[in-house]
Amino acid sequence: MKLFTYYLRPFLRRMSLGFLIKVLGTVVELAIPWILSYTIDDLIPQGEMAPVIVWGGLMIVCSLLAWGGNVVANRMASAVARDVTRQVRHDLFAKISYLSEGRVDRFTIPSLISRVTSDTYVLHQTVGMMQRLGVRAPIMLVGGVIVTLTLDPVLTLVMLATLPVVGVITFFVSRKGAKLFKTVQRAADNMLRVVRENAVGVRVIKALSKSGHERERFRKVNDELTGKERTAENTMAVINPVMSLLLNLGIAAVIVVGAYRVQGGVTEVGKIIAFMNLFTIVLNALMAINRMFTMLSRAAASSARVTEVLDTPVELYEETPKYSFLPERAPHIAFRNVTFRYDYGSFALNNLDFTLERGETLGIIGATGSGKSTVVRALMRYYDIAEGAIEIDGVDIRDYATVDLRRKFGVVFQNDTLFKDTIRENIRLGRNLNDVQLTEAARQAQALQFIQEQGGLDAEVAIKGANLSGGQKQRLLVARALAGEPEILVLDDSSSALDYRTDAKLREEIRLHCKNATKIIIAQRISSIMHAEKILVMENGNVAAMGSHEELMKNCTLYKEISESQIGDRKAVGQ
Amino acid sequence: MSEKERTKMKKTAILSRLMPYLLKHKFLLGLCVLLTIGGNLLGLAGPYFSGFAIDAVELGEGYVDLSEVWYYAGLMAVVYLLSAGLSLLLSRLMIVVSRRVVNRMRQDVFDKLTMLPVGYFDTHQTGDILSRISYDIDTINTSLSNDLVQVFASSVTVIGSLVMMLAISPLLVLVFAVTVPLSIFLTKKLTGFTRPLFRKRSAKLGELNGFVEEMISGQKTLRAYGQEENTIAKMEEKNSDTAEAYYKADYYGSTVGPSVNFVNNLSLSLVSFFGAVLYLKGAISIGNISTFVLYSRRFSGPINEIANIIGELQSAFSAAERVFRLLDELPEPDDIEGAKELNGADGVVELEDVHFGYSSDKEVIHGLSLGVKKGELVAVVGPTGAGKTTIVNLLMRFYDPQSGRLLLDNNDIRELTRRSLRLNYSMVLQDTWLFNGTVYENIAYGNETAGKEDVERVCRVCGIHDYIMTLPEGYDTVLEDDGSNISKGQKQLMTIARAMLPEASLLILDEATSNVDTRTEMQIQKAMRTLMKDKTCFVIAHRLSTVRGADVILVVRDGEIVEKGTHEGLMSGETFYRQLYEAQFA
Repeated sequence: MKLFTYYLRPFLRRMSLGFLIKVLGTVVELAIPWILSYTIDDLIPQGEMAPVIVWGGLMIVCSLLAWGGNVVANRMASAVARDVTRQVRHDLFAKISYLSEGRVDRFTIPSLISRVTSDTYVLHQTVGMMQRLGVRAPIMLVGGVIVTLTLDPVLTLVMLATLPVVGVITFFVSRKGAKLFKTVQRAADNMLRVVRENAVGVRVIKALSKSGHERERFRKVNDELTGKERTAENTMAVINPVMSLLLNLGIAAVIVVGAYRVQGGVTEVGKIIAFMNLFTIVLNALMAINRMFTMLSRAAASSARVTEVLDTPVELYEETPKYSFLPERAPHIAFRNVTFRYDYGSFALNNLDFTLERGETLGIIGATGSGKSTVVRALMRYYDIAEGAIEIDGVDIRDYATVDLRRKFGVVFQNDTLFKDTIRENIRLGRNLNDVQLTEAARQAQALQFIQEQGGLDAEVAIKGANLSGGQKQRLLVARALAGEPEILVLDDSSSALDYRTDAKLREEIRLHCKNATKIIIAQRISSIMHAEKILVMENGNVAAMGSHEELMKNCTLYKEISESQIGDRKAVGQ
Repeated sequence: MSEKERTKMKKTAILSRLMPYLLKHKFLLGLCVLLTIGGNLLGLAGPYFSGFAIDAVELGEGYVDLSEVWYYAGLMAVVYLLSAGLSLLLSRLMIVVSRRVVNRMRQDVFDKLTMLPVGYFDTHQTGDILSRISYDIDTINTSLSNDLVQVFASSVTVIGSLVMMLAISPLLVLVFAVTVPLSIFLTKKLTGFTRPLFRKRSAKLGELNGFVEEMISGQKTLRAYGQEENTIAKMEEKNSDTAEAYYKADYYGSTVGPSVNFVNNLSLSLVSFFGAVLYLKGAISIGNISTFVLYSRRFSGPINEIANIIGELQSAFSAAERVFRLLDELPEPDDIEGAKELNGADGVVELEDVHFGYSSDKEVIHGLSLGVKKGELVAVVGPTGAGKTTIVNLLMRFYDPQSGRLLLDNNDIRELTRRSLRLNYSMVLQDTWLFNGTVYENIAYGNETAGKEDVERVCRVCGIHDYIMTLPEGYDTVLEDDGSNISKGQKQLMTIARAMLPEASLLILDEATSNVDTRTEMQIQKAMRTLMKDKTCFVIAHRLSTVRGADVILVVRDGEIVEKGTHEGLMSGETFYRQLYEAQFA
């Protein structure tokens, strides 16, 4: 609930005003039956039309006021709900944008998505409803109790005696409910995950004709979710009947106690009757409050999930640089005895040590899972290393402002993302680059031709680049990396879908135009990296060997083995 | 959103499609209505007994019949206990009904998803699909099941009070002849106005969810380019739009209740006024006016509620519309009547003058013909974007060609059941797809009958067995979604192992080896070759080393097969293939 108090505070004044209007509307509305009974009991028997018309007119005025008041108050409530939700969603999304990769791994991406979408949706509904329900009911409750107190304090105490019991039951049931709704949310995540997996893997599923199996799998998670929802709702459903039972038993007790008091001459029958009418009001108010509790316990689960993210510290993100000067004659990039291990999983980096001068190219080759991509992740500080240091221009990367650090890079990750936007935006990606620069980058990336075929920079890219072939996607991504004329160019398996000719042209362009950029190229093809000044051969997170192509051919059997399988191709060319 | 979605669905059409979901539980719902009425009656019995108790007290000081009071108070307690029990039972029943309805709807939507053609997923954002299966269905449920019972139950009260009012003074009832239509008119007018707003609200929410999904999934990239702030700003735009759409719908939606209330209060004023007139004419007594008012409350109360419910139904309707839109999407067309089951095909494939485009205005394959003999290894090579992946889409019948035909074992594939056609293929795609499950489940996915030994065998062949054994739980390790514990290459090896498992006679490899290092690739290739003996194999790869051993190499350029032949044959002339090949070490 901390979340609510924090986010509602700025709206306190607006909410109070809304509450006030709602209170007025409620009070005016309550006046209507009072005027009505006055008219019927006192005015009509007098047989004169004039006062009836006057009071009737007053009733219509009251109706109009109640109408206006309620409408305005409801609208104000909606406005507050809108603003609060927008703020929460914004903060949540902003927070997620700055979470470290390690944290993201732990939350998992689907869970983060559902927190931004479904949980904030629940909060929106709650904040809106709470304001609408939250006024009338307490007024009725408090008003009802006050009136009964003036009637007969002893009888009121009898009635009030039931309230603590009601309170305790409501409290415990709602608390249990909140817990249950948390499990509901988890089950809902599971359900959604299956749907997402099916949307993503539709080709494989159809190829294997597993639709039936998937339906069965969905049925399981769906049933489980339904079961959880039922348990949670069943638990909450106990409150209402128990509450009205207790209160009604209270009425019976009031009658019995009242009877003794009438017998003793301390009170009158009329008061008992009035009491019973007020009781109904109090009861209705309590029911409404209970509805709020049900909603709140659902919201509590959502707000806990939101708060969990909001409370996660931002790590590995520096706002300001921590170094004062750049040392001279330092290598551009230096890995100094770097050791790294993921939270989960078995592969990592072990004692990695190398330096790169500005403009040099580092090629990284090695088996899958040998830690090639991890080198890049560590260098860009997606994860912090456990031991050793990584330096750029002689400064530890942990001392750079993260924005400055990342600005040095142009990067294509393995399996990188294209967004649903124009080709221009996909290359530009929010940076301050003009069309001339974008076109030049596209040309270097060998993407210009197909971009023109697609209809130029303004052509749309579909979700995840679905309207492009694998090779087109990769070239667009490379264009993105080149466009900013980066200091460090990282290409992680970014030409695997390119044919050799295009790949060769691309490499030539990079050689010509990125002379000053330090390049890190991760590849499977020996041809992609054989011209690099330094080649790192990785095996299980360890450096198997390092050196130039010629050196490695002499000294490294692993490299030689990989190479020969492909050099064989070259010989074939000569045949 | 497609053009079609913009046109509005008729409210009656939506309702008539929602009803079957509820009517499936008509007995339970009927029971609920009965319970509600019973509960109401018991609720009335309480005050009734309390009346007797009060009568006993009324005798005044010293004359109160205490035993009588105890007796009736006891009866009250019993009645209230019963009524509480009844209402608990009722809410539980309602929960059963509403949960079943939701469960059914979700299953229907999902079943539909499994029947939709691949193209649907290529063109729809996953976030939007998820939003339909979660919020929209939730929204429908919240208003639908509970509210409908409410309406049924209260209609009993409405009719009862109307009869009583008519008995007292038919003339005064005329007041309602004005106000009831007025409130119906108001509600109708308002809801007519709010409905598009609620539709917009749902649509915006779906859009936002799609956006959030896309951005969070692509976060790593956005960070690399320092786009945190820009993305947040973009998201803020969508966020504002969504919040605003929600507000707009609420702004007008929340007027319905107070407006109907207003009409009710107006009718009370009118009743008191005309009541006075009638009283002056001697046509009605004070007591009757007072009772009339009591009944009119009972009468307008439920009407009030119904108006509120109609307000809520607006959001349910627009949500339902989105759900039904999805359910109305055209599924993959049924297999034609008398479609043949072709199991264990020999693997003779033929394409005859195939024309195809993903949209009708842009053809990407122009008249492709090709014949593949049983057991041949077909390599499809060519520059990127030449339409190599498209061939897979056609072979597997994910898409149908605009003209021309594809044959498998001399059967037009449209005359085969999709299931049997596809099961004749094993496939490894460029995008690895693993689901949240154990390693074992993921690999055995294509073949339920595969035992542990079979799975281990193919894993050994793929050279991934040792790796799997180093995982914390071995084959029982659960692959978390987007887990960073498995690298892309390892994922790919697993999908290759998966493809090896079924006894299919044709194999499709779509750039399958692009993420596997050469050593592993050679190992796989060797294994594949033994496994693929006598099987027809389509390899779409850019690595010419993979392709050299192919029986037929198809060189695709601009969707057309420009060259066809063996490696040696193609290398001997001045071919496009030779150009491609020689460029690899440029």
